[in-house]
Amino acid sequence: MKIVAVCGMGIGTSVLLKMNAEKALRAMDVDGDVEAADIGTARGAARTADIVLTSAELAEEVGEVSAKVIVINNFTDVNEITEKLDQSIER
Amino acid sequence: MTLAEQLPDAAVATRATVRDWREAVQLAGRGLVDQGATTERYTDEMLQALDDHGPYIVIAPGFALAHSRPSEAVLRAGLSWVSLAEPVEFGSEANDPVSLVIGLAAPDHQSHLEVMAELAGVLADDAVLAELMSADSAADVRSILNRVAHGDAASTPEDSGM
Repeated sequence: MKIVAVCGMGIGTSVLLKMNAEKALRAMDVDGDVEAADIGTARGAARTADIVLTSAELAEEVGEVSAKVIVINNFTDVNEITEKLDQSIER
Repeated sequence: MTLAEQLPDAAVATRATVRDWREAVQLAGRGLVDQGATTERYTDEMLQALDDHGPYIVIAPGFALAHSRPSEAVLRAGLSWVSLAEPVEFGSEANDPVSLVIGLAAPDHQSHLEVMAELAGVLADDAVLAELMSADSAADVRSILNRVAHGDAASTPEDSGM
């Protein structure tokens, strides 16, 4: 399971999202790598990823990718991230 | 360095009054410049990021993480803190209006990760966040953050029974 957390710059919001996505994976007992990426490198990173996590604003900029794009409203809410990942991960 | 240690008086504005989101981000930029973390140019870069990508930095209800990328305008890693007397709209569908803006400057992709982890913990706790938003001095903000860092927070996501 490879997940890419995308933000505009790759140092701020995507880092928070990555940390909370890692917590979510641990809570779900799923093995996975979470990588933070900026919008410029996101499309490349998404090519080898299963899931892209990002905000509603940036989801459009990510555009069509083979990975499943999940929009997170509250990056600090591990419960929201867990629920949305849980719906997308086949186990 | 802990979150509280990253917030000298010059980096903090509490219960500030601003006209719009642009002024709120400018104030966050001021806090970074005044503590010597960035040049004025970084503030322009933060505003440009919002113009380019929309209000994606509003990542939780009432909260914006203003930042740009590592550049020559970043002199060292730093944080700034702006809580608003009256919240302002950033144009975020999910998380407007915003009452707290934290400014972030990082010279690279690694040096600020520890403080980001602490920040993630603080932001995840609604009770602590409400308390921080109503704090009315830099000393208050730091003392709340220190208390949380020492493990006296109400709860954390890990022990909420998930």
